[in-house]
Amino acid sequence: MIDREGPLARTDRLWGLLLSAPYIFGLVVFALGPIVFSWSMCFFAWDNITPPRFVGLDNWTRLFGDALFRKACWNTLYFVLGSVPLGVALSLLLAVLVNRQVKGIGVFRMLYFTPVVTSTVAVALVWTWFYDSNYGVLNYLLDQGARLLGLDPPKPMAWLNNPTTAMPAIIAMSVWKGLGYNMVIFLAALQGVPKHLYEAAELDGASSVGRFLHVTLPSISPVTFFVVIVSLASGFQVFDQVYIMAREGRPADSTLTIVYYLYRHAFQYLEMGYASTIGTALFAIILAVTLVQLYGQKRWVHY
Amino acid sequence: METRSARSVAATVCLYTALVAVALIMVFPFLWMASTSLKSLGEAFEYPPAFFPKNPRWGNYERLFSTVPMTTFLLNSIKITGLTVVGLVISSAMAAFALAQLQFPGRRVVFMGTLGTLMVPYQVTLIPVFIMFQYLGWKNTHYPLWVPAFFGSAFGVFLLRQFFLGVPRELYEAALVDGCSPGGILFRIYLPLAKPAIATLAVFTFMNSWNDLLNPLIYIDTMEKMPLTAGLSFLQAQHGSNWPLMMAGAMVSIIPILVIFIVAQRSFIEGIATSGLK
Repeated sequence: MIDREGPLARTDRLWGLLLSAPYIFGLVVFALGPIVFSWSMCFFAWDNITPPRFVGLDNWTRLFGDALFRKACWNTLYFVLGSVPLGVALSLLLAVLVNRQVKGIGVFRMLYFTPVVTSTVAVALVWTWFYDSNYGVLNYLLDQGARLLGLDPPKPMAWLNNPTTAMPAIIAMSVWKGLGYNMVIFLAALQGVPKHLYEAAELDGASSVGRFLHVTLPSISPVTFFVVIVSLASGFQVFDQVYIMAREGRPADSTLTIVYYLYRHAFQYLEMGYASTIGTALFAIILAVTLVQLYGQKRWVHY
Repeated sequence: METRSARSVAATVCLYTALVAVALIMVFPFLWMASTSLKSLGEAFEYPPAFFPKNPRWGNYERLFSTVPMTTFLLNSIKITGLTVVGLVISSAMAAFALAQLQFPGRRVVFMGTLGTLMVPYQVTLIPVFIMFQYLGWKNTHYPLWVPAFFGSAFGVFLLRQFFLGVPRELYEAALVDGCSPGGILFRIYLPLAKPAIATLAVFTFMNSWNDLLNPLIYIDTMEKMPLTAGLSFLQAQHGSNWPLMMAGAMVSIIPILVIFIVAQRSFIEGIATSGLK
C-alpha cells in the first residue's frame, strides 16, 4: 500500500494532476461545459448575432409540433432500420467467409476493408455517379443483367431523384461502406471461439449450420452486441452521405435526417437555440435506444 | 479418395468464386472512379457506358489542379490530420497513465466524466464549441480542427487507460526507485509497451480526422483553408456535372489514405479488431 503522507503519495499527486491537466481542461471546455451550455440553450432563442432571449419551453413545443422534424426522425429511423440489421448480418457473413486460412485471404480481407478507410465524401460522389438516371452504370448493369436472364429490362430509374428510392439508395451505399469495419471486428471474435466447443458439437453430430447457430452465434454474442450498439449510435448520426448524395434533403425531404436538420437550423438558419433542442432530442433518442439494448441484451448476449 | 479430392476442389472453386464476387462489389466503385476520371466529358456521358476510356486523359488531373487548389487541400488535410493524431495520442496517453497508475485527487471524478462524455453524441457539443471558437476569432482558421485534439479525447483516454491498467504498478514503482520521473516512466516504459493500443487510437483518429466533413464545413469559409473533404464538396457544388473532373478529385483525395492503408494494413485491421474485444 502507498503511504498517504509519504513522498510516493506526493509524487503521485503532483504528477497525476500535471499529466491529466490538459485532458481535464479539455473535458471541461470541450465536453462537459458545452453539454451543459447546449442543454441551457434549449430554453433560449439565439440568432448568434443579437443577445440570446429566454423563451421557456417554446423550442420544445415547436419541436413537437414540427412536422419536418418528425419527418427527419422517420427518415433517420428508416435509415437505421434499413442499414443496421442488413449491415450487421452481411458483415458477419463476410467474416465467416474470410475466416479461413487459404492462399490470398489477406488480400481479400484488405480489399473488403478498403471502403472503410476512404472518406464518405469521395465514395458518396462515385455512388452518386453510379445512380445517375441517364448515364449511371447501375441502370446499365441492371438492364444487362435482366437481358442475360431473359427478363424484360427494367425502366431506367432516377435513384436519387425519386422519393421512394433515394433513401434505399443511400442505405445501400452506407452498408457497402461499413461492411469491412464490422467484418474485421467479427473476424477477431470468430477466431476467439474456443476450438473444443466445435469439436464437442461435431461429436454430437451437429451440422455446420447447427454449429453456427448453437456454437458460433452464442459465443460471439458480446461482440455482436457491441457492433449493434455502435452501428445504431452512428446510424442515428448519419450526415456525410446525405449531404453529398442528396443536398437539402431532396427529393421532397425524403432524405432529410436529424443531424442534417440540426446542421440546417444551426448553420444555415442561425437558430442556435432550436438547433440545440434538436441536438438534445437526438441525444435522448440515442440514449433511449442504447438503454433498451442494454436491457434487452440479457435475453440474447451470453458472457 | 478421388471423389473426396474432387469435392474439395469443388469447394475451393466455390470459395474463391464467392471471394472474388464480393471483392468485385467492394472494389468496383473505385475502379469506376478511376475509369471515369480518365474519360473525356463526352465519353463519360456515353450510353451504354464503356468500362475503359478509349485513350486515358491524364489531362483531367492537370485540369483538376488548375480548377481548384488541390495541392492546398491536400496540404491542409495533412497538416490538420498530422497535428490531430500527434496531439490526441500524446495528451490522451498522459491522462490515461495518470488515471491508471497515479493516485491524485479528483481521479474518480475525471473518470466518471470520461464515461459520461463517451455516451453523448458529438452533435450536442457541436454548437457550443462552434460559438466558443467564433468568440476566439478562430472561424475560418485551422485551429478548431486540431487544437481540441491536444486536450485528449474521452475515447482515447478510456482505451489507453484500459491498457495501462494491465501493467503492474510494481513496474512503475521500481522505475521510480531507479530515479526515473513519472513523466519519464510514461514515455520510456509505458508508451513503448502500449504500441498496439496506441496504433488503434492513431488509426481511428487518423481516419476520423482525414475523412471529417462536418467540422470543416462549419468552420472553413475560404477555399485556401479547406481540407480535402470540404474541397471535394466545394468542387461538387461548382462543377456538379463534370464527372471526370470530380472523379479525378475523389481519386486524389483517396490515394494518400489508400497508400497509408496498404503500407500499414496490419495496424489498421488489428487496431479495429481489438476495439470490439474490450
